[in-house]
Amino acid sequence: MAFDLKKPTRRQLLIAGGVAGGGLVLGYAVMGSNKQEKVRAALVNGEGEMMLGTWLKISPDNVITVYVPHSEMGQGVHTSLPMMAAEEMNADWSLVRMEQAPAQQVFKNDALATGFLGNEMGFPKVFPGFIEFAGSTAADFMHLQVTGGSSSVRYTGQLGMRVAGAAALDMLRRAAAKSWNVPLSEVVADKNILTHAASGKSATYGEMASAAAEISPPSDPVLKAKADYTIVGQPIPRFDIPSKVNGTAQYGIDARLPGMLYAAIAPCPVFGGDVASFDGSAALNRRGVKKVIQIPGAVAVVADSYWRAKEALSDVKIAYDLKGNEAVSSDTIYAQYDKALAEDNGSADVEKGDAAAALQGAERFFEADYKVPYLAHACMEPMNCTVHIKDGKAEVWVGAQDALGAAAFVAKTAGLSLDDVTLHPLMLGGGFGRRGSTIDFIEQATQIAMQVDAPVKLVWSRENDVQHDCYRPAITSKFQAALDADGNPVAWHNRYIGKNEPADAAHIPYAVENQSIRYVESETHVPFGAWRSVAHSQHTFFTESFIDELAHAAGKDPFVYRRDLLKDQPRHLAVLELAAEKGNWGGPLEKGRARGIAIQQSFQSIVAEVAEISLGDDGRVKVHKVVAAVDCGEVINPDTAVAQVESGIVYGLTAALYGDITIEQGAVVQSNFPDYQMVTLADMPVIETHLIESGAAIGGLGEPATPPIAAAVSNAVFALTGKRIRKLPLMNHDLTTAGKFAQAAD
Amino acid sequence: MAITLKVNGVEQTLDVEPDMPLLWALRDELGMTGTKFGCGIAACGACTVHVDGQAMRSCVTPLAAVEGSDITTIEGLAKALGAEEGLSALQAAWVAEQVPQCGYCQSGMLMAVSSLLKENPKPTDADIDAAITNICRCGTYPRIRAAIHAVTTA
Repeated sequence: MAFDLKKPTRRQLLIAGGVAGGGLVLGYAVMGSNKQEKVRAALVNGEGEMMLGTWLKISPDNVITVYVPHSEMGQGVHTSLPMMAAEEMNADWSLVRMEQAPAQQVFKNDALATGFLGNEMGFPKVFPGFIEFAGSTAADFMHLQVTGGSSSVRYTGQLGMRVAGAAALDMLRRAAAKSWNVPLSEVVADKNILTHAASGKSATYGEMASAAAEISPPSDPVLKAKADYTIVGQPIPRFDIPSKVNGTAQYGIDARLPGMLYAAIAPCPVFGGDVASFDGSAALNRRGVKKVIQIPGAVAVVADSYWRAKEALSDVKIAYDLKGNEAVSSDTIYAQYDKALAEDNGSADVEKGDAAAALQGAERFFEADYKVPYLAHACMEPMNCTVHIKDGKAEVWVGAQDALGAAAFVAKTAGLSLDDVTLHPLMLGGGFGRRGSTIDFIEQATQIAMQVDAPVKLVWSRENDVQHDCYRPAITSKFQAALDADGNPVAWHNRYIGKNEPADAAHIPYAVENQSIRYVESETHVPFGAWRSVAHSQHTFFTESFIDELAHAAGKDPFVYRRDLLKDQPRHLAVLELAAEKGNWGGPLEKGRARGIAIQQSFQSIVAEVAEISLGDDGRVKVHKVVAAVDCGEVINPDTAVAQVESGIVYGLTAALYGDITIEQGAVVQSNFPDYQMVTLADMPVIETHLIESGAAIGGLGEPATPPIAAAVSNAVFALTGKRIRKLPLMNHDLTTAGKFAQAAD
Repeated sequence: MAITLKVNGVEQTLDVEPDMPLLWALRDELGMTGTKFGCGIAACGACTVHVDGQAMRSCVTPLAAVEGSDITTIEGLAKALGAEEGLSALQAAWVAEQVPQCGYCQSGMLMAVSSLLKENPKPTDADIDAAITNICRCGTYPRIRAAIHAVTTA
């Protein structure tokens, strides 16, 4: 793209310029408002240096193109972000196009960085690609196009798209006023047309774009009032869907290049182990096999088809060096956790009042230990990456949650400068954190490509994917609580393993005067990474199950108990009450059914879920219905919002019912879908989603529906059977006896 | 050894191993990437195609088993379902209900569902649950069900 950009002035927020062939481009520069000045100052090296993001282009044919610096992985962000820009431009939606921003530094995403650094607890450490890049500086930190942390709409949309759209509209109107010599206040802009009623003049945005490029962007453009929205809030069909019903959508795995070779790998089954020696001679005799090579931790076969490469792996004799981790199992890991929690009082997460004293003098005392296992992401598209290294330059084709970070990772691995890496972002067949938090497969593809004189596509098998993920960590969380004579909690004492992100995951919204929440680090050799909703998915199961225990111990209805403890939290209260109302809490149930409830705030959204369950004859939990109430502040695309809530619930439900990655002899036991089971159509509950637009700061939606479901279902299991689930997944519990016992007692 | 089969109405001759799975022949030999690799062991359904009108999981279907057969893939589904151009009614329902999220499993879903509807034009929820065992990690199942009902009651 040939953009002719003017140098921004010191305090300019937006930067604009012309485009070859006429038109206007507009981006978002680093010099910004006072509020963010401190954050920004730390990120820019010198005078005149700028960071840009959130590009808009208006072409002479009146088409508005929005460059989205985020990956589309099904969350609809390639549509919702353009909607936000188009809204502020009073655009004709039929003239709006989307392009994913190329992985070039000019498109690094300042709005995202500002959001993370200025508004929250800092940038998630689970996105290491850019941090690890050699020569990393504060400015390099911003080489990012991360799609994660449910952040796209919250930060890029709010801080970038809206501002850029409003500025573009302002410039178009000013250009019209100037060229028609009429008062600015009389220029109306609607549906890509500028008009001046008194003189009868009119022009399309496209016709006025080149003149607008001569106007200085406003430093603080005025955003539209919600009451005036015509695009945001509408269920606009997603741009990416038509290509996903006829096979034309291009995912990373679909990259095809002339002369391309394919690689399959056999990694050391034990994490951290390496290849001691290998003999690839038999494999080399097979049809199509070009090379058998060693890379760190794995042997790769390179062939002229993926199937030939994968089949030939079985002919490679490999001796591994297991590095002493071959005796580790899930049992030894949980024992290690118990020991760590027994011996170490840990570091403070929340300390409020005097929990120890309150526990001592308590009327009633309760304790419980909770555990969750490791979980793999199991994206439908197995990990893959295509790399071609030639003449000191690398070209990369991949679906990644952080395209620029991935490019930086390739540059570092290949010893190239970032400028010599061209990355073509392709669609992601599932992300869920796997394609952002760790990009081991991109590193491997680069290492293989460095030894091959052709473009090479590395494709992991499903077995590679299940056994070499970066897992949601297995953790243990121990609770103690004291209740007063009325059954209200007066002390909340929680010790858990491993502080992860977000930092508030183990916090509770309830009014408990004395709280001591502390964590103990206890490392294992199992790699971990971000898994949809990150630490919330574990801690919400823990905290929302334990509060449910306390409610039952107090002899109170679990919904009423929560409601009474949330009376000073109006947003939580509204969400909880809506879920209870729509979920018919306390209402009649078919025989053999029960309901459970749970609530959690994450990524600035609050979600409560009511699950209705029964038990099959085989003791398996059947979830019939889930009613979700969601306060995400403001809804951009209601249809996509509902889809994300459904999606989050299904992802969390799979984990609650079936998700169990276990370790034996240092390696993952499970290998593919038959032993790492997924929810399918036959398991599906009816899902009802109710959105609340509270007007609070806009919250994320890609993740917040995942955390509550495990507790909601487990709490329903308790209501039905009297059996408290303190370790997931549910399929490992024998509920048959409990179920019969409960029915007999009925 | 040359193996001949018809893919979306076009005869193709492949000089490859007879035990090469149809999936990899389609993707790597013929460059038809709409059919997806998900598990390699017929457990997820992402690779579903039609062989002589029947849904089959192509990742475990050796070419030798489909020699001389008529194969329909997602690229040929619209035409196979009688659409002159553009999308079939089934695919249009997928768009109308905004079914796909990441979309990776949807080729296989559409192939499996179109096969079900051929045998059972008005499936009940129980029929759908029993027949469509494909895995979707994004959880598009409620919309898949809604799209099936929309197209069968239209």
